[in-house]
Amino acid sequence: MYGFLIAVGVVLLLSIVWMVYRIQTLVSVVKGSDKKVATGSNKVNAFLFLVFLVAIGGLMFWYSIKEFHNYQLPIGSEHGVVTDRLFWVTMAVTGIVFIITHILLFVFPYKYQYKEDRKATFYPENNKLEVIWTAVPAVVLAILVITGWMAWSDITAPAPEKAHVVEIMGYQFAWDIRYPGQDNVLGDHDYRLTSAINPMGIDFTDQNSVDDFPSPVVVIPKGEPVLFKIRARDVLHSVFAPHMRLKMDAVPGMPTRFWFVPTKTTAEMRAELNDPEFVYEIACTEICGRGHNSMRRVIEVVEPEEYQKWLTEQKTFLQMNPALAEGIEVEVKEVAEIQ
Amino acid sequence: MATASVATHDTAHDHHDHEHHDNFVTKYIFTTDHKMIGKQFLLTGIFWAIIGGLLSILFRLQLGFPEMNLEWLRPLLGGWITETGQLDQTFYLALVTMHGTIMVFFVLTAGLSGTFSNFLIPLQIGARDMASGFMNMLSYWFFFVSSVIMFISLFIKTGPAGGGWVVYPPLSALEQAIPGSGLGMTLWLIAMTFFIASSLLGGINYITTVINLRTKGMSFSRLPLTIWAFFLTAVIGLLSFPVLFAAALLLVFDRSFGTSFYLSDIYIGGEALPNTGGSPVLYQHLFWFLGHPEVYIVLLPALGITSEVIATNSRKPIFGYKAMIISMLGITILSFIVWAHHMFVSGMNPFLGSIFMFLTLIIAIPSAVKVFNYLTTLWRGNLIFTPAMLFSIGLVSFFISGGLTGIFLGNSAIDIQLHDTYFVVAHFHLVMGSASFFGMVAGIYHWFPKMFGRMMDARLGYVHFWLTFVGVYMVFFPMHYIGIAGFPRRYYSWTGFEFSNMYTDLNMFVSVAAIITFAAQFIFLFNFFYSMYRGRKATQNPWRSNTLEWTTPIHPGHGNWPGEIPTVYRWPYDYSKPGAKEDFIPQTVPLSATPESNLPHEQELVKLELEIMKEESEALIANEAKES
Repeated sequence: MYGFLIAVGVVLLLSIVWMVYRIQTLVSVVKGSDKKVATGSNKVNAFLFLVFLVAIGGLMFWYSIKEFHNYQLPIGSEHGVVTDRLFWVTMAVTGIVFIITHILLFVFPYKYQYKEDRKATFYPENNKLEVIWTAVPAVVLAILVITGWMAWSDITAPAPEKAHVVEIMGYQFAWDIRYPGQDNVLGDHDYRLTSAINPMGIDFTDQNSVDDFPSPVVVIPKGEPVLFKIRARDVLHSVFAPHMRLKMDAVPGMPTRFWFVPTKTTAEMRAELNDPEFVYEIACTEICGRGHNSMRRVIEVVEPEEYQKWLTEQKTFLQMNPALAEGIEVEVKEVAEIQ
Repeated sequence: MATASVATHDTAHDHHDHEHHDNFVTKYIFTTDHKMIGKQFLLTGIFWAIIGGLLSILFRLQLGFPEMNLEWLRPLLGGWITETGQLDQTFYLALVTMHGTIMVFFVLTAGLSGTFSNFLIPLQIGARDMASGFMNMLSYWFFFVSSVIMFISLFIKTGPAGGGWVVYPPLSALEQAIPGSGLGMTLWLIAMTFFIASSLLGGINYITTVINLRTKGMSFSRLPLTIWAFFLTAVIGLLSFPVLFAAALLLVFDRSFGTSFYLSDIYIGGEALPNTGGSPVLYQHLFWFLGHPEVYIVLLPALGITSEVIATNSRKPIFGYKAMIISMLGITILSFIVWAHHMFVSGMNPFLGSIFMFLTLIIAIPSAVKVFNYLTTLWRGNLIFTPAMLFSIGLVSFFISGGLTGIFLGNSAIDIQLHDTYFVVAHFHLVMGSASFFGMVAGIYHWFPKMFGRMMDARLGYVHFWLTFVGVYMVFFPMHYIGIAGFPRRYYSWTGFEFSNMYTDLNMFVSVAAIITFAAQFIFLFNFFYSMYRGRKATQNPWRSNTLEWTTPIHPGHGNWPGEIPTVYRWPYDYSKPGAKEDFIPQTVPLSATPESNLPHEQELVKLELEIMKEESEALIANEAKES
């Protein structure tokens, strides 16, 4: 019944709109306004551009200022401070251009709307102007690019030798974490060794893998360089740690990396934001299938001492699952058992 | 196209001095008339725009109202609505993918370039038709086949392709990874192959026609900017689409014939695949070698249309005609050497990232020049706000807003954080999606009288513009905020993460704005189809424009001009010339006929012009004498 009433309502509404439309068409024909170059609507449209400028422009600025603390995520890494500064410098430069060009774009229509007694200015070219507005953006952009390039070179430079290595492997639909253990060297892996008990395809015949251990959480020390070694097992994924301003694709068959220095422990950040629930997170930003939006891992930044302590408390892959050692040469097995 | 038939029907009998009678099939279906082919592209493009828009509304429902019970969509979506009344997650990805594919290729490439290049090139350069009418016909019908296949893929059981419109392997190569990579992806690849063939056939034709079939006096320096834009667009397409074909072909091999171009070291579905040595990054390079120029394939025609519409309705010459051409040439060349800015964090060598950052930010310069030139064209004009003019001004606004955010994304250091977030979504929907869409709509409003001999209703046009203009900003501007906040693209839901478990209100607002904006397009559709049959009859030159298409009869037949093709004596932007009686002087008016308004250097040309005219008339008399 409701459906029927709604349908009747819609039909009535449409027919009213239709009638209004027909009437105004006929009126305009009678008035002969369809023969004119510009009708009264011209004034209305010109005025609406001004309204748009003030109303929508005002709305944008009001919301941008009001919501700043919400969309501006806290920064948890050294390079994040740099890239965020670049971001806001660029915002200032483009913001000025945005405002000026839009004022011109919407004020001109109002100011130069059609008047029968006026003639437009024949002004086809001015080379000096063209040169100016080619050169000025070129210089401004050059400055932005060069600062960006310097930051990019630093961020993508090889990681310091002493960086703490963490391996992150993406698969549908989660991340697996592996630490290299005391030797800070990850053991080899081969995707053909992957199985239910060895999801990361670690090659346990490699001496380096003996002390490797997994972790459900990415634990890293504050103030020391951390190197994420990133890979994927099935399709593309992308490691995204928004607070760290960190993003790098995980590519099957091609290991990638990203190093950074965390600057605040999780506890410090909680205190600073007055949010006891705060956690650093990793998400996936490369479409990878059905569970793309559920690839979550938590990063826990701790004090270096605490980190060292945590390292010693972890159980290696082999300790957790001795079955992995099956078929491995005796010496390796012994080493594993000793540990 | 049967719908177009009534409007042009009566005219076929008026102007057919040298025409043989066409039957229905040769006139409306397998036609070789560029105007009819343009209309075919337009109607197919409009069809796809509705589908593409509808898909976006579906996924906006999910993003704005994640709790909503979508049971009422079951008649339409069937099994894609889960038992709890939610949108299926896999289908969500398919929706996003098809929305992108449809909008980029089927609407803004074929619907925009296909329509206006076909319709306007011969009319504005003074040609009877395209260089090859037959190839032109094939171009449409390849597109049609492509459309049919893509459309069918929406309805198959495993769903259409779902790996994003960029269809990166391995996701797009492995059926185990996502169901859409099965038959859906196969159909996607077949459809795109036909699409590429269609684009190439069209592009070759546009280029050949512009180079060879310009009428007498129509030098390159007198071409309207629309034609320059279409010409350069076709050049870009011709050079980049084959690379997409190569990328797709290698993907076909990987999918079906066991090769390893893109696949390596993959363990999926409980088994290790035999492929080794391939690189998914190779695909990205090949794809973006088309993908980035594609942005300009979509944008340049819109900018060309805007140049023409703004000049005409400002009653002023376009400011910096030569600078505009040089800018477009610059964009054309640069568009081929910036592709890897889509791949800063793909794992490619960071040194490449530096190079592409420099190249990318260079392309901002010609874009900036174009904006300043548009603004100066408006300055001290005598502006008439036809719907086309409104949409053109809207385009310039989007081009600025979206272009400026490109400066963030082109900077690789800043892009680390913003890559694949909603900031990118906001950026390209404004600068490429909405700007090009507005260019297309402006073109329809402006050339509708030439297409169908009737006027569209202006007031409905105003309503359509303001709803759409405000609507588009309300949809895409808020996305900047959630982008800065780090919300990733192609997420079915953001509630799984602490950092993105917010802005549900803003997403709801965006969805509501999207629905209203989409609904507003039906005002346009009504206006379009109603005016086609019942619109006010157009005059020959309703916008008092200079270009050649307005010298054809109101209903031009096949061949465009009933008699001789007119000769061109001046550039197309002599608006409000000092001394002239009217505020426009069509290109067909000789300089010798307007001594009162000629500039000093033009006075020199008058002599030359008179000599040529004299020779011609002598030749004509000699010819006639021979014939009799």
